[in-house]
Amino acid sequence: MRRSHPYMANSAEASRTALLDAVGVSDPDELFRQIPAEHRSDDAITPSRGIASEFELRRMLEGRLRGVASTDSHVSFLGGGYWKHHIPALCDEIASRPEISTSVWGTPSSDHGRNQAWFEFTSQVGALLDLEFVGLPVYSWGCAAGHALRMAARLTGRSVVVIPEGLDRERRLVIETYCGSRELGGSLSIREVALDRATGTVSLEALSAVLDEEVAGVYLETPNSWGVIEADIARIVDAAHAVGAETVVGVDPISLGALASPASFGADIVVGSLQPLGIPLNAGGGVGGFIASRDEERYARQFPTLQVSLAPTRREGERAFGMTLFAQSSYGARELGNDWTGNSVYLWAVRAAVYLALLGPQGMRELATTVARNARRTAALLAEVPGVSVRYADAIFKEFIVDFSQTGMSVSRINEELFARGILGGHDLSGSADGLDGCALYCVTEVTTEDDVTRLITALKEVAAS
Amino acid sequence: MSAIRRYHAASWDEPVVYELGAPGRRGVVPPASWAPDSDDLFPQSLRRTADADLPELAEYEVRRHYTHLAQQTMGMMGISLFGTCTMKHNPTVNEQITARPEVAAVHPRQDPATYQGLLGIVHSLEGELQNLSGMAAFSFQPGGGADAAYLHTVITRAYFASRGELGERTQIITTAQAHPCNPATAKAAGFEVITLPIEEDGYPSVEALRAVVGARTAALMLNNPDDMGIYNPHITEFIDAVHEVGGLAFYDSANFNGVMTRLRARDLGFDACMYMLHKTFGVPKGGNGPSVGAYGCSEELARFLPGPRVVKIGESYDLVEPEHSVGRVREFLGNVQQLVKAYSWTRAMGTEGLREAADLSVLANNYMEKQLMALPGVTMSFPGKALPRLEMTRYSLEEYTAETGVTGHDVQNRMTDFGIDAFWTSHEPAFIPEPFTPEAGEMWSKEDLDEWIAVLAHVLEEGRRDPELVRTAPHNQVVAQIDGSGLDDPDTWAVTWAAHRRKAAARQPAGS
Repeated sequence: MRRSHPYMANSAEASRTALLDAVGVSDPDELFRQIPAEHRSDDAITPSRGIASEFELRRMLEGRLRGVASTDSHVSFLGGGYWKHHIPALCDEIASRPEISTSVWGTPSSDHGRNQAWFEFTSQVGALLDLEFVGLPVYSWGCAAGHALRMAARLTGRSVVVIPEGLDRERRLVIETYCGSRELGGSLSIREVALDRATGTVSLEALSAVLDEEVAGVYLETPNSWGVIEADIARIVDAAHAVGAETVVGVDPISLGALASPASFGADIVVGSLQPLGIPLNAGGGVGGFIASRDEERYARQFPTLQVSLAPTRREGERAFGMTLFAQSSYGARELGNDWTGNSVYLWAVRAAVYLALLGPQGMRELATTVARNARRTAALLAEVPGVSVRYADAIFKEFIVDFSQTGMSVSRINEELFARGILGGHDLSGSADGLDGCALYCVTEVTTEDDVTRLITALKEVAAS
Repeated sequence: MSAIRRYHAASWDEPVVYELGAPGRRGVVPPASWAPDSDDLFPQSLRRTADADLPELAEYEVRRHYTHLAQQTMGMMGISLFGTCTMKHNPTVNEQITARPEVAAVHPRQDPATYQGLLGIVHSLEGELQNLSGMAAFSFQPGGGADAAYLHTVITRAYFASRGELGERTQIITTAQAHPCNPATAKAAGFEVITLPIEEDGYPSVEALRAVVGARTAALMLNNPDDMGIYNPHITEFIDAVHEVGGLAFYDSANFNGVMTRLRARDLGFDACMYMLHKTFGVPKGGNGPSVGAYGCSEELARFLPGPRVVKIGESYDLVEPEHSVGRVREFLGNVQQLVKAYSWTRAMGTEGLREAADLSVLANNYMEKQLMALPGVTMSFPGKALPRLEMTRYSLEEYTAETGVTGHDVQNRMTDFGIDAFWTSHEPAFIPEPFTPEAGEMWSKEDLDEWIAVLAHVLEEGRRDPELVRTAPHNQVVAQIDGSGLDDPDTWAVTWAAHRRKAAARQPAGS
């Protein structure tokens, strides 16, 4: 008797036979008559044996993963838009509930609970951002920024976007892809605004030099890719608005436990990363992006996302959640589509909802404060190491540039030595166009302990002396 | 025919999280800082003046609330034959493996030398997909199927730009049956979109294609078989026609499940293809992601793929940027944890398992077709054409609706009263009236399929006897049918709790 496969109920002989008999064929192959014989590639495939045993499968995979280093096995100072934060146990529990993890679409009543969790996600992210219109997640922070700049172009009918110098390379490349191609319609061109080397932030003077009436949108981040908090968002927003441009600001949502939202300074569209809100790093697979604006029709009509709205039901006093503005999504618009959506990272919306509900206002405030204090202190301690200096240390949140150039050693060499001592050193910024050879971006969060920092300092002193 | 089961959704009358808890409660305490206290962390002008308006709950309250929401989500805990999405078993072992720190806690900026095992799995998955597609290389960066379609338009731009032809190559051809993301991504990338109509055979004609291809053709983007289970037997002529004028042919393998191990996109002549790992390869859908649109392409296009790519050099793996890379469609390697799950699923199945899954999914669809076509009022798209269908068949309730006034949407709602999650109707444009598109797949048992069919038969009968009962459904669900009349109205839509409160207050009569 054939052995059935655990993933396929009807692979049991009796079930399969019952289906074959009911259909009236002796072999499923008879059902593929539509496919011309010359289209078939049956013999082209190299066969592989299936591992139906869960034990064998697990042993194979775990064996292959053995020896992988991680931010758990090592003390990590890696950041650059992907940050190690504590993930409350409950985030894992809720996200792994099969009702949530296996669902796909459903109706507003059959998948009511998940839809409500989505609504609670948008509500809580909106509360952090002080904005009332929040879309369901897009693929990543870079994708959110790209979409938002395309929104700005449609809103203004213009085609130039301004982004800051020093923007994280991964994000910048995504934004460039979203800007399109000059030979085709609707493309955007990028202008860069220089960062003031003295402050590490966008200066009004530099911005004024690139602003004109061709500019659709100005994108900036706070804290920015050098870890520095923008000091004067209100004036940047005013300058952009003065030439009729939209302002798009990228944020680390964790920072908003302590810092005012860019929206409170007049930013029009705020985007950012979902990853710090209870989502594992997953080697870069733990990312998602959010897009938010004021609840004004002008903006809402340009969102590329799907979004859930609260709505009444046929039963008096009862609420449900349905899709709003569905027709403007690519599902409804087809060849009229401005953008595209589909399966994305919505499970992360549920994780983030649980995360924010657990942290609450106090937790977010304390967390942001702890992160900033730990980072400032670490920066100060690093600056005491001979040959090591830290840039913009009094204006950082959780990341900062550490300059090792005076040690006479390359960042990659230092990182090798740190790794040998159980430490993942900061992200090497050498080779970038920003004149940061010999520098690394270090990240410190609430999970970085005093002992971790002591180990780092000790290791660096050893490395310098070696 | 199996008995109709009594079912009632868990219904907790669960408040929105903002209506729970009390001031001062909390669910988690972050670690205290070990650094000295400081009053001047941030300038006064940059500080938040009041705490964010977040709910305040103890941990158990958060757990209870979100567990209630989980219980109020049917997902695949009922029976879901959600067509075009290919519902699959999601093995628990894969969740456990990817929760390990060797996957979950790896930072994307680690030196590749420090996570060789994980990179090796990604590389092996690419090998599995190369084997199944015949393509030379894959990128897993796209965050979903639509993103993979967008990547194709980006690579198309790069390909023609490299040949100095982009200014002339301005058109992308799709079909009326292509997933909406194909024309939408083509338009978003700046191309003009030409949509081929479906002819009476159920697929576009070669003549219609030949009438529009030419020097301006950049690419063809389509799926085959389509969402009606119909295979275009002239597909290679389509590809040839596009190649003759120098265009690229992209295969949206959305409906790969029924043809796994039988068709290879590259062997058919396609230049690029896409697989959705979150459906065809057993990765959980997570209520719309995290998902992966694995994009595969020919050797000629591989140099344009986004970086980084995992490359094996000797016995080790490294990350490299292809020579003429388009850059990124999103950051880093994509949803790596989903790649591990897809690899695990593929290895658990093996080639024979994949073939068996394709067989069973087509067999189960034909089984359902036989039962459903016996139900009065049910017809199928393009009857008599392209039989037997592959892994899906699109049906219509047009005759039934004409007879009873009960629509497919009503039937869909009523079926959920019996633990059957909503069926898929059709993507836009729904050129079949009152469409419904179940997809049996290889996972669900014959008993599950029988139950699904029995519930549909029961609901159709109810609609004849008591149409109001069906029209006002659901009755056993968490909540009653939504009143969606205000969803597109700026005065009433509310996508956040703050917007809802503000708009509800504005609707209150003054002084109330």
